[in-house]
Amino acid sequence: MTEIFGISLPALSGQLLIGLINGSFYALLSLGLAVIFGLLNIINFTHGAQYMMGAFVAWFLLNKTGLGYWWALVIAPIVVGATGVVIERLMLSRLYKLDHLYGLLLTFGLALIIEGAFHHQYGSAGLPYAMPSQLTGGSNLGFMYLPNYRAWVIVASLAICLATWFLIERTKLGSYLRAATENPSLVQAFGINVPRMITLTYGFGVGLAALAGVFAAPIYQVSPQMGSSLIIVVFAVVVIGGMGSIMGSIVTGFGLGIIEGLTKYFYPEASNTVIFVIMAIVLMFRPQGLFGQR
Amino acid sequence: MKLKMKVLAAAAVLALGAGTAHAQISGNVVKIGVLNDQSSLYADLGGQGSVLAARMAIEDFKAKEKGLNVEVVFADHQNKPDVGSQVARRWYDAEGVDAIFDVPNSGVALAVNQVTREKGKAFINSGAASSDLTGKQCSPNTVHWTYDTWMLANGTGKAIVKTGGDTWFFLTADYAFGHALERDTEAVVVKNGGKVLGKVRHPLNTQDFSSFLLQAQASKAKIVGLANAGGDTVNSIKQASEFGIVKGGQNLAGLLVFLTDVHGLGLDKAQGLIFTETWYWDMNDANRAFAKRFAAANGNKYPSMVHAGVYAGVLHYLKAVHALKSDDGTKVVAKMKELPTDDPLFGKGTIRADGRKLHPAYLFEVKKPSESKGPYDYYKLRSTIPANEAFRPIEQGDCPLVKK
Repeated sequence: MTEIFGISLPALSGQLLIGLINGSFYALLSLGLAVIFGLLNIINFTHGAQYMMGAFVAWFLLNKTGLGYWWALVIAPIVVGATGVVIERLMLSRLYKLDHLYGLLLTFGLALIIEGAFHHQYGSAGLPYAMPSQLTGGSNLGFMYLPNYRAWVIVASLAICLATWFLIERTKLGSYLRAATENPSLVQAFGINVPRMITLTYGFGVGLAALAGVFAAPIYQVSPQMGSSLIIVVFAVVVIGGMGSIMGSIVTGFGLGIIEGLTKYFYPEASNTVIFVIMAIVLMFRPQGLFGQR
Repeated sequence: MKLKMKVLAAAAVLALGAGTAHAQISGNVVKIGVLNDQSSLYADLGGQGSVLAARMAIEDFKAKEKGLNVEVVFADHQNKPDVGSQVARRWYDAEGVDAIFDVPNSGVALAVNQVTREKGKAFINSGAASSDLTGKQCSPNTVHWTYDTWMLANGTGKAIVKTGGDTWFFLTADYAFGHALERDTEAVVVKNGGKVLGKVRHPLNTQDFSSFLLQAQASKAKIVGLANAGGDTVNSIKQASEFGIVKGGQNLAGLLVFLTDVHGLGLDKAQGLIFTETWYWDMNDANRAFAKRFAAANGNKYPSMVHAGVYAGVLHYLKAVHALKSDDGTKVVAKMKELPTDDPLFGKGTIRADGRKLHPAYLFEVKKPSESKGPYDYYKLRSTIPANEAFRPIEQGDCPLVKK
């Protein structure tokens, strides 16, 4: 058996792969946050609640209408994204001229209200959501048993992350978006409806959160608190990556997933805190984050 | 509040003067308070179901016909010891509550245990795990009915080692409850000739167990012991199934699992799980009859062992009150210990001087989906641990009430 530092290599590769799986959730969620912050300058604290809503919509679809996982992947982001559009139109759009803090307080309050309402209705024990039958089972990779569903999550979220990056950084639509954040009045003067673009961007970011929620539903119980426990970590990821940096949030998401996975192996008690330790160190030496510009 | 106190005082004076029949039933009402988690992670295993169980016990005791006026109130302790002890104080001081029932969550239970003793009332616990309630912190006002940590560790650990599960790997919640459960179970495993190959401690309320499960898998231990509770247990079992732990020949031992957890998981995920409980609805006709009645009034949700414990506890409490013609907490608990227990759900039993209710414990295995024939048909019995072996011997508990 090959070993380094007394750790067997197969076990290490297993943990690395697991880290990659968790990292894909971090990446997907922090990507939505980065898009929203980068283009709207809103720190969206409702993100965790919207992730939870995505999982609940999937549960509703399955149990009330019989529409399975694959439908949920399409419908949940649209439904939750639509609620995001309503929130942006009714509330957030009034705050753009004010300090960041107001947006943060508003979205934080909304998150508490949404989570409280779901808690009241469904309790906290969590509802089971069955894995889609096409993705049950798994394969033995030699060093670990990889469930098919987890493999699917890595591939799918990586694809979505890269597509989003491409959309914003490499297409014409993306260049409009970026231009609109730099100088909205100028872009508007070219005949582009900036407020509508901003609204749809928020809806898109929220939809990404809901999509992550659907990915998570078969792995975890669908429960009202599932978002609040994750959102703090995801915020740390965004801060480390650099607020608003798309590529930064993707790379940091996967990277921190791997670091967390390794911590779970070497010193599991610290696995909840390691990300925050890294955040503190990064903030000390590079306050704008690893990929941020200042 | 003041007016209420005066009315109560006046009622007490009147009652004292009224003669012998109900001379010592305060306010002429026996008031039962069900204090538990009504909204969060333990709401399914206790919650409103426990209130229902208390009401059913009052009905079955035929309290009215025996001239006892019994009322039930309930409150949510939110799993916070400070909230729990506040409610208990208010109930005892201002609202004439005579006894508190259920109280899952060891932290809250230990706080209520203290308040009850101070006020000289009665506390019949069903939902909490800590064996300290009948150990170092035992009280002349407390009865611990359904189960405790020592019983869980001893029951599951011993039986599994004896049936061949002699190598263990622990998945432990990294806080006092998990540590205690792990320590007790490890002691039992080692004492019975088993070996602990490894353990990993996960932070409380962990979402993702995959890397811990991978370590459990790599350890090649025959048994993966789950020294955690609630959402942690459910998530670790769910993900263990995803990673093919049971299919790969390892067995899971849930050290604290309730019927409601198994229901939430579904048989597909929970199959093969081994654990100890003291009551299951499908064991005899009396239990089945109780479960049918309970489910009909509880949205078709079946009773857990905690619900059964509340029912039996209320029944025995009322017996003692009736025999004494008094609801004085300290005297009633003494009477409860003196009278042998006999109820439809736990059968004949006793309550020890330290407050521990004695009854058999059962080692269950969760059925395969193909073996289940109807709703909530989840367990098969692997073995029975007789009452005198199921709980910690009284002399090992360090209870100050017990003279050596």
